Amino acid sequence: MNVAEIRKQFPILERTVKGRPLVYFDNAATSQKPLQVIEALRHYYSHYNANIHRGIHTLAEEATMAYEATRMAVKDFIGAASTEEIIFTRGTTEAINLVAYTWGRQHISKGDEILISEMEHHSNIVPWQVLCEEKGASLKVIPVEEDGSLSISAFRELLTERTKLLSVVHVSNALGTVNPVKEMTDAAHAVGAKVLIDGAQSAVHLDIDVQDLDADFFAFSGHKVYGPTGVGALYGKRELLESMPVFQGGGEMIREVSFEKTTYADLPYKYEAGTPNIADTIALKAALDFISEIGKVNIRTHEEALLNYATEQLKTLPGLRIIGEARNKVSLVSFVIEGIHPQDLGVLLDNMGIAVRTGHHCTQPLMKRFGIPGTVRASFALYNQKEEIDSLVAGLQKAIKMLL
Amino acid sequence: MNTKPITEIEKEIIEDFALFDSWEDKYEYIIDLGKKLPPLEDRHKVDEHKIKGCQSTVWLNASYENGLISFKADSDAVIVKGLISMLIKVLSDHTPQEILGAKMEFIAEIGMMTHLAQTRSNGLLAMIKQMKNYALAFEAIGQRKD
Repeated sequence: MNVAEIRKQFPILERTVKGRPLVYFDNAATSQKPLQVIEALRHYYSHYNANIHRGIHTLAEEATMAYEATRMAVKDFIGAASTEEIIFTRGTTEAINLVAYTWGRQHISKGDEILISEMEHHSNIVPWQVLCEEKGASLKVIPVEEDGSLSISAFRELLTERTKLLSVVHVSNALGTVNPVKEMTDAAHAVGAKVLIDGAQSAVHLDIDVQDLDADFFAFSGHKVYGPTGVGALYGKRELLESMPVFQGGGEMIREVSFEKTTYADLPYKYEAGTPNIADTIALKAALDFISEIGKVNIRTHEEALLNYATEQLKTLPGLRIIGEARNKVSLVSFVIEGIHPQDLGVLLDNMGIAVRTGHHCTQPLMKRFGIPGTVRASFALYNQKEEIDSLVAGLQKAIKMLL
Repeated sequence: MNTKPITEIEKEIIEDFALFDSWEDKYEYIIDLGKKLPPLEDRHKVDEHKIKGCQSTVWLNASYENGLISFKADSDAVIVKGLISMLIKVLSDHTPQEILGAKMEFIAEIGMMTHLAQTRSNGLLAMIKQMKNYALAFEAIGQRKD
């Protein structure tokens, strides 16, 4: 993999921030976009912008074909059995909410339990809390070990006949931990629970095969896989999607409407009310193509080298403590420095052109578990380079000197 | 008691910042202000004084005496604390009317607007709003006495 060549595909990497070359280490929040994604957006708006599915004119047909081509690409990207199992959403958050509002309202009742983990993003906590409150169900939480891995023994104890759903993150956005979701899915199925996997952070790094994982639901966001913002997908097993009630009502999702009764469209349209985000969905295919052209294995190898190098270099800084040192980790390093608030580091690094994320990463319960207000998180993508990690380390040295 | 008008203090800060020729100098100065701001007593670090941002926490306490408001504040992040120290320097020991009328243009002048824009991350904007809320409340008390 030629990183110098890849960097040329990302025009934003040429810019400077505060007079310094940009070092972009906030990839877990959102990745930058390659030219082919930007071009796909431009091409759609300048050549075949039209509303999809019902138009019989050429533009509508072309737009519909491109839109559905993305569904096919997403199916292949995550190893689904059919395109009918791919529902386009605004992103992971909406996908999780869709399941909570449809499957959840149909299947969760008083006394049931929903099992999540202590390292969940707020998006995979709040929808279930709302549901539990409404239904009189309870939310159970798998604790996180000191090294940032899930306590599998606690998981096995928490998993009971009362567990109706296991909703768990594949890769932690705050720690980088890769959870053993296949193993956990098997265990959950053994007690009759359904499983939702939050793939927001995993989809860009790991090979995803929802059939092999045997996941009932899998959600991911386009903007974290080099695609545009505002589009993501929910995978659901066909029999579940068929039996679930509708999410939002409107155009596109209907078969026939009368004031007495409305019948709904077949999968996947049943869950896609209204004019969807056509342009971004079409451009998402360009992002998925980009990833498959380079190959996830190559990307992973490169990112692993970056992660190892960063971990090794950061550890040389006095007072630095890495939060999350699980054996199975991908592409990000979260840390705190003794006596310094993460935000102060973030502000000073920004002045050196280095973009990191500081704060609680929308995982407040996890921060509480580690007894910290937040961390500094550097997250890597395929276009990052070793020299940029050197800049980060030098930047931190300088910031520490200024702050202490 | 602060005899200088708010705009005068703002002008002084702008002049001070004009002397810095690098971002490092500017931030070292702010960090220094943050370190020097006397910590708020623990009894004032209560929820009702808390302005919670997405990242750091700010505590703000106000008292009203002889028609003047004085502010005390603290934060767990030192740069935010330095910025607060400047807000206090500008607004503290003034009348509610003066505080309510303050435009706080110095923040843009010294190139710290980004800290205002990041409303969620450090609550600097929320902080000014809270200081003005105190001024509104104390103004109402003052008028009642008249």
